[in-house]
Amino acid sequence: MQLEEEVEDKFELNISITNPEKVGDGMNAYMAYKVSTQTTLPMFRSKTFTVRRRFSDFLGLYEKLSDKHTPNGYIVPPPPEKSIMGMTKVKVGKEDNSSAEFVERRRAALERYLQRVVFHPSLLQDPDVREFLERDDMPRAHNTQALSGAGFLKMINRATDSLSKMTIKMNESDVWFEEKLQEVEAEDQQLRKLHIMVDSLVGHRKELSVNTGGFAKSVAMLGSSEDNTALSRALSQLAEVEDKMEQLHQEQAASDSFCFAELLADYIRLLGSVRASFDQRMKTWQRWQDAQNMLQKKRETEAKLLWANKPDKLQQAKDDITEWEAKVTQYERDFDRVSATVRKEVLRFELIKYWEAFLPEAKAIA
Amino acid sequence: MWLTHVVLCQGLDDGPDFLSEEDRGPRAVNVDLQTDATLQVDISDALSERDKVKFTVHTKSTLPNFKQNEFSVVRQHEEFIWLHDSFVENEEYAGYIIPPAPPRPDFDASREKLQKLGEGEGSMTKEEFTKMKQELEAEYLAIFKKTVAMHEVFLCRVAAHPVLRKDLNFHVFLEYNQDLSVRGKNKREKMEDFFKNVVKSADGVLVAGVKDVDDFFEHEKTFLLEYHNRVKDASAKSDRMIRSHKSAADDINRIASTLYTLGTQDSTDVCKFFLKVSELFEKTRKIEARVAADEDLKLADLLKYYLRESQAAKDLLYRRGRALVDYENANKALDRARAKNKDVLQAETSQQVCCQKFEKISESAKQELIDFKTRRVAAFRKNLVELAELELKHAKGNLQLLQSCLGVLKGDT
Repeated sequence: MQLEEEVEDKFELNISITNPEKVGDGMNAYMAYKVSTQTTLPMFRSKTFTVRRRFSDFLGLYEKLSDKHTPNGYIVPPPPEKSIMGMTKVKVGKEDNSSAEFVERRRAALERYLQRVVFHPSLLQDPDVREFLERDDMPRAHNTQALSGAGFLKMINRATDSLSKMTIKMNESDVWFEEKLQEVEAEDQQLRKLHIMVDSLVGHRKELSVNTGGFAKSVAMLGSSEDNTALSRALSQLAEVEDKMEQLHQEQAASDSFCFAELLADYIRLLGSVRASFDQRMKTWQRWQDAQNMLQKKRETEAKLLWANKPDKLQQAKDDITEWEAKVTQYERDFDRVSATVRKEVLRFELIKYWEAFLPEAKAIA
Repeated sequence: MWLTHVVLCQGLDDGPDFLSEEDRGPRAVNVDLQTDATLQVDISDALSERDKVKFTVHTKSTLPNFKQNEFSVVRQHEEFIWLHDSFVENEEYAGYIIPPAPPRPDFDASREKLQKLGEGEGSMTKEEFTKMKQELEAEYLAIFKKTVAMHEVFLCRVAAHPVLRKDLNFHVFLEYNQDLSVRGKNKREKMEDFFKNVVKSADGVLVAGVKDVDDFFEHEKTFLLEYHNRVKDASAKSDRMIRSHKSAADDINRIASTLYTLGTQDSTDVCKFFLKVSELFEKTRKIEARVAADEDLKLADLLKYYLRESQAAKDLLYRRGRALVDYENANKALDRARAKNKDVLQAETSQQVCCQKFEKISESAKQELIDFKTRRVAAFRKNLVELAELELKHAKGNLQLLQSCLGVLKGDT
């Protein structure tokens, strides 16, 4: 109960993404989405407003936010993945179920992405986010090639690799971080496994619906060749029932896929961001350590110079030391700050996870 | 491999029934066959050994031909086949639908799975291993029960048939408590069978081409042909449907165990609780899916059985058609003999024999086919009703489960 109230108090901002529309033709075509915001927050110009955005705009937003906030240890929500296959089908104008499904999946994913971004109190304050939601026309975001689906995943993987290959053993003064990292890694593994299984389930459900349809037709045939009228009627009714089952199975497969599988994929990517933030913390620590080492060296140099009695170089050395001392203090403070941020972020992350996960399950049940 | 001892208590029913876990209690008397106290046969016990299954055939009879009123023998699958083949080869029974032979017990698939499980034991957690082992055991048991039911149905059909039940081989099968020393067919005999079948099917095409004088039989011929094909198609499709259903259930099962692992390793209360509940939900959903597949089996087995029966009916028609052709040939031979005035008596006798044979077959075939129809309608009705009832029950149960789960999740916040 208490959690619910907290969440509602902060949430005076509703975002929805609707009306995907194809703009243009051929290979230069793209999908434009309507982004509608409803808010009581004073920092926005009006209470309700709408803009049109395309997929690369979202990627551009992520890039800006990531550049600014990830080094400070914030967990920046990752955008949905780029899909060359899916978009090409849409561009070419293939009006079939799979491309409609793709657009719908993307629309839902973009909505979730934006909702996560604004849910983060610090990111909400970022002017880029405000601009994204309010500004009527935005400059085209370039350099989003780097954020293609495969590229993003590669980036995450590299981050995790470097984390594990760290030869410098971090002197972990706070065991909380170590525990959390382990948890995150284990969870990531499980979620990936789960995602594969849910995909398999969706596949089998789809198969089931197809097979049920085939069976329904076959039973109808059998009923028509049966010469006992009552049995014939019963069999044809059975065929109708099975037909309905086919539809039901198909719906269930779709809902499983939309709610469950998509969410899992989101979480796997989110966990990637979490690990990236841990990574940042490590980097900050590393910088601090390096600065300390540097300071140490400078002090040694000073000592040597004193001993060798070279007064002119001595001043230089003293200046160096002061400079590095300042750096050391700065980095140490940075490290503490980043650690605190990471800690807060991770706690917030867990809270969100609970809510986000609950909602689709409830929807799926209904 | 392990030894499975399954004790089955059968009711008085002689009909073509399909044993399931659900209906163990007293069953409604089947509309088509009379419950005859003079001869009741059932399989009271079954044992599964390395690669064979031993059935304990239990007979209760008031007939004078048997030495005792109640007795049991142990039989294996090959002996059932021997009995069936002896019927088929007996010319006297040409006019009857020979109850189709039970299919060979096939545990290969699940044995393979078990082996794979044993090999992969080291790679999975203890819970996963025990869970999969339980599943495999349940599967094994289900196949086992099915094969017992199939063998029993065969015996019951024979026992219920007014003519076949008097067969001497049948009595020997039931009573002789030593091994019947029926060896499986060796390679040469299998080849002979193969060629016989080829000849038969070629002949069958020839015979089928002959238009029948009798409307009833002509109609039956067309009907059976079409019906048989459609049943074959329906049977295949239902198999495919059930397989996908089972795969989906397996998936749900695996999801459940992964969710469980997720739930137990997380230290945050909030996430842990959510995951635990969701896991419970998935687990029971899996059970439901599996049971739904079980009733589907009712449908699939029914279709498979009638596939075999309609084949047996077709065989009957073939034999009659054959006899008709022989009769007509004999007539032509007689005419020729009379024309040449040579071997007339011989031709006459052979014509008489063919005529008698044909008429005998026709008479009994008519009755058999009518019986077949009644049996079929009754069996379909029974199984479809049971299927519908079970599906309803499970759907209701599932709904209840989902509602309670939703309540728990809401109440938890």
